[in-house]
Amino acid sequence: MTTPILELHDVVAGYGAMTILRGTTLRVTRGAITTIIGPNGAGKSTVFKAVFGMLRVRTGSVRFDGAEVTNFTPRALLARGICYVPQGRNIFPELTVRANLALGAVAAPRGLDVQGRMERAMDRFPVLRAKAQAQASTLSGGEQKQLEIARGLLLEPKLILIDEPSIGLSPLLIRETFDLLLRLREAGVTILMVEQNAKSALEMSDYGIVLELGKTRMEAPARALLDDPRVGQLFLGGGAELDAA
Amino acid sequence: MTPRARLIGIAAAACLVAILLFLPLGLNTYGLFILSMWAVMSIAAMGLNLTLGYAGQVSLAQGAFVGIGAYTAALLTINGYSLALAFAAAALLCFAVGWLLGYPALRVQHHYLAFVTLAFSTLAYLVFRNEEWLTKGIYGISGVPRPAALGIDLAKPLPFYYFCLAILAVVVVAVWWLVKSPWGRAFVAIRENPLRARSLGVNTSRYTLLAFAIGSGLGGIAGALYAPLVEFVDPSPFTLLLSLNLLMMVIVGGSGYFAGPLLGAIIAVLLPEWLRAIQSYYLILYALLVMAILMWSPTGILGIADAWLERRRSIARSRALAEKTPTLASGEDA
Repeated sequence: MTTPILELHDVVAGYGAMTILRGTTLRVTRGAITTIIGPNGAGKSTVFKAVFGMLRVRTGSVRFDGAEVTNFTPRALLARGICYVPQGRNIFPELTVRANLALGAVAAPRGLDVQGRMERAMDRFPVLRAKAQAQASTLSGGEQKQLEIARGLLLEPKLILIDEPSIGLSPLLIRETFDLLLRLREAGVTILMVEQNAKSALEMSDYGIVLELGKTRMEAPARALLDDPRVGQLFLGGGAELDAA
Repeated sequence: MTPRARLIGIAAAACLVAILLFLPLGLNTYGLFILSMWAVMSIAAMGLNLTLGYAGQVSLAQGAFVGIGAYTAALLTINGYSLALAFAAAALLCFAVGWLLGYPALRVQHHYLAFVTLAFSTLAYLVFRNEEWLTKGIYGISGVPRPAALGIDLAKPLPFYYFCLAILAVVVVAVWWLVKSPWGRAFVAIRENPLRARSLGVNTSRYTLLAFAIGSGLGGIAGALYAPLVEFVDPSPFTLLLSLNLLMMVIVGGSGYFAGPLLGAIIAVLLPEWLRAIQSYYLILYALLVMAILMWSPTGILGIADAWLERRRSIARSRALAEKTPTLASGEDA
């Protein structure tokens, strides 16, 4: 692996009395697409919340771009170049497309040319310009996903944390969304993704991380994970834990 | 918005302004009092609409803030301070108390939050009634003056009505600017989904407190206008009933719609007066009308208009899609 852009070291985090991440350690390679896979309850989405300051890290550390960012606020992390796209529909249906896009610049530093950034985002996603004044609820599923990603890109992040991008989308829209992520990687953006649709996600990823019971069980190139019979058994109906396999 | 819709909107607003400016010329003192009260309640309801309609935080304390504003203005003006200072003090005090009241909203939501604000409403009423050294208790504060503003004597009902209208106009412009600003968008984002809002860097705690504080501040301004309008302040108008009435104005008019509180205040303040023609049955008919409106459209009067517009847009979209979609018949034609 080349220099990691994000590193988690022995991170412990959870909700109330429940501990979900039990010493998670992982590294995300700069400029690559990395997918976290694992069974339900493994703590995949919790990793994102802990990194993005939405869940307190009890012990352990999170480093981004070489600097300590453990328990930083979402606003501070956005300013440093991390963007988080949560699971599900992330648009604000009652606001216009333009207002949704503008919300991506809430954490913009003073003096940033937000209007210019918005214009460039709409150049990149022409459908958003065509429907700028329409209520976001009138967009199709694929257009909504484009709006979410365009909004996330407004602050030109170095790292995008994207949680289940394929959820609720048709196979065609999943393909389009994955293509979009590949184009972002070509543009130099690092992507860390959580995805239930493990096989498709690994096929388009550079690296994969297997998370189980809040601990990293495997970190390897995506192709190696796809070819690993233990991963196949775990995610294609075997159900056995990695230790048992 | 299409140019035609924009034109209709501008024409409707111009008609409304003309009515508000010229209708009072033919009204008696009581009519002017009721119209002035509509302006006062509209301001309080716009504040609640900001807290509830835009930011999604339930509050049953808006009546208490009108009371705090009214007492602040009454105490200051009878002691010789200017009305301008009374307005500023009422707004700032309610802003500060509203900010503090917002803290429970960071921990509890929906009906739990409603009960917290209800408790505050009761507490405020008890202070108005029992702290005689400050509020003169149930005897109230009489002789609240209507001072001059910009050299215009506001003692007579007509000038005071125009004064109320001017304050309402300032509030309408300020709230319009606010809801269209990044602050307004942040309020809506918190209402729609706090998690998503946080993921975009919105400081949900600060904006929740701001929504409470600004809404309460507007309640204070309404109270500061109420005191010189009625020229007497006592605890009885500021019970939970006023908070419920303001809540009704917001919901019946259309919660989260900019003009909703103005319409809701018409229903709550003016409609009962128009129904007085049927004498003692007027409150029964009033209650039935309100129930009918909410059964027909739970999103309020403006919700009806919105649903109608959405239906038209949906039909237009379906037609456009049908024209673009190739069919077997179109293939045969080719």
